[in-house]
Amino acid sequence: MSHATLSPKRGGTLRGATLPKWFPWAVAVGSIAAGLGISAAAGLGSSIQWALIAAVLFVLGSYAISARIEGRRQAKDRVATSLVWVAFILAVIPLASLVWETVKRGVQVLDGYFLTHSMGVVADTEPGGGIYHAILGTLEQVGLATLFSVPIGVLTAIYLVEYGRGRLAKAVTFFVDVMTGIPSIVAGLFVLSLWVLILDMGPSGLAGAFALCILMIPVVVRSTEEMLKLVPNELREASLALGVPKWRTILKVVLPTSVGGIITGVMLAIARITGETAPVLLLVWGTDFINANPFKDPQESLPMYIYLQYSAGSDPAYDRAWAAALTLIAFIMILNLLARGIARWKAPKTGR
Amino acid sequence: MDISTQNPAAPPALPPDVERKRAARGATRPGDRVFLGLSRGSGIFVLVLMAAIAGFLTYRAILAISKDEANFLTSFEWNPSGVPPQFGIAVLAFGTVVSSVIAMAIAVPIAVGIALFITHYAPRRLGGTIAYVIDLLAAVPSIIYGLWGALILVPHLDGLYGWLDDYLGWTGILEWNGGAPRSMFTVGILLAIMILPIITNVSREVFRQVPRMHEEAALALGATRWEVIRMSVLPFGRSGVISASMLGLGRALGETMAVAMVLSPTFDISASLLDPGGGTFAQNIASKFNEATVMGRDALIASGLVLFVITLLVNGAARMIIARRKEYSGANA
Repeated sequence: MSHATLSPKRGGTLRGATLPKWFPWAVAVGSIAAGLGISAAAGLGSSIQWALIAAVLFVLGSYAISARIEGRRQAKDRVATSLVWVAFILAVIPLASLVWETVKRGVQVLDGYFLTHSMGVVADTEPGGGIYHAILGTLEQVGLATLFSVPIGVLTAIYLVEYGRGRLAKAVTFFVDVMTGIPSIVAGLFVLSLWVLILDMGPSGLAGAFALCILMIPVVVRSTEEMLKLVPNELREASLALGVPKWRTILKVVLPTSVGGIITGVMLAIARITGETAPVLLLVWGTDFINANPFKDPQESLPMYIYLQYSAGSDPAYDRAWAAALTLIAFIMILNLLARGIARWKAPKTGR
Repeated sequence: MDISTQNPAAPPALPPDVERKRAARGATRPGDRVFLGLSRGSGIFVLVLMAAIAGFLTYRAILAISKDEANFLTSFEWNPSGVPPQFGIAVLAFGTVVSSVIAMAIAVPIAVGIALFITHYAPRRLGGTIAYVIDLLAAVPSIIYGLWGALILVPHLDGLYGWLDDYLGWTGILEWNGGAPRSMFTVGILLAIMILPIITNVSREVFRQVPRMHEEAALALGATRWEVIRMSVLPFGRSGVISASMLGLGRALGETMAVAMVLSPTFDISASLLDPGGGTFAQNIASKFNEATVMGRDALIASGLVLFVITLLVNGAARMIIARRKEYSGANA
């Protein structure tokens, strides 16, 4: 019975009728033309409006035509496909614009002079000046934070992977997870309440580094933990079987095997904290002058510099902000790419 | 060194099976002890640090709230240095929730769309490249999003605002009276752009782990690509998408600089989302910090404590959902 009803209506193949490959393009061209035509007729100026009309026409048009020829299910599939494409394009526009504008506006004042001079004698409304003091401050604060958090983070990860069983390890794992989600401004407020309000210390690069530590430790712990877990147990067992003490096994076998991944994790963590502004705003304050001493008096940092120049609100200051933003993005991207390169190059061999 | 020389009172917190292992090996070498001590010490340090964060924030917050003459939860004032000090978090809580909700409403569908695009629609090589680029975009600092938002996005929003006002102004929520578009709505859009990469990354990881068999089975039954996604990919990835969204939400709630740069804050709640004004916890801390006295700082710390608790709850919920389906975790991405 069913065979009889499945009559070879559509050219004798098992497949239903399909629209040709150029169909979506044709509908797209048609609907863009119609969109432009309608906006021209109605006198709508904005490019967003004709694009929106065209998009709606495209979705409706392809649904209607496809539903007629291919059937309802295929038509739904086409609508889903176009929605996914729309989502992608919608997201690409702002993200591409962000990168494009930063590069375009950043290169205007970015040169050797800009990198090697401070804002010491430059008024906000004048062109000139540079980010030397900001780079110096960023390097010192991030360096200090790295110095504190890498040993703590790596040792915590070693504890979790090599020693940790039971309640303490569970608690540490849980709170490391929780720490990952602490907003940077809250980390800044904590150091503010302890270091500045209770211990009565002034603003300094060191205080900022403490806050950055709180943001960096969980990232280092998580990435190191993942890497240590990848080290095959056979290596540990072989070393222990030779009578090597556990601590030497960890130092000489486990850590060297996973060092590539650990470095990657640390670099990604550095990249994350380099762009933090809020703790610096609360604890380091920012200055226009060169202060090479991170233990005393306000310092500048790159993100803080961008914020101060933006707040200054003049065109030369905006130019400087963009140039500093480009420097910061370049620094972070280079760190990221290097880290990924190291990860690929030194990926631990997993067992086989 | 012999086991019997161990002081039985010394390691009370030692997990039992570590002790058993150590006994089995029959050695507590000094090097091992030092190393275990150091690494366990670091673990304990993390716990102490978390306790200290909660403790000191609470301490300063109590100092501030005890002097507060207004209701801390419901007052629309922020004048902690005044006589008498009056401040409340109602406006900040409202602004934080509203901006995050707008951000989530925009970002989650688009992020899921991109994740599907990468895993199921784009040509394989193109998908890989896009995934890599979005990974990198997740590392762009918020200050740069703020700069872009304030100098590029805001001047481009007049058209959209006018359009929303024309067609949806009658709702009252989307009424625009021509002010600069530095409103909660703009903040929501910017936050959405900022949290897109992280939600996309985690969702993509989850979608990629859908068992091939499920998809092939659906295809074999004659399903179209959309039906495959609806019947096998989305149900499988639902919890992953939820936890990815919660991670994004946690980030949106605590975002400081971008909001501070884009919003023109006031201390009241306006009926329309398109009117400039309002504020968020983090933005308020950054904007008010410079002019704050000790009392003012304590008040800001009190509002920071509320933010801390909210983000803890959101992140904790996300972690719990992830932990329930641990094998799909992309949480440390």
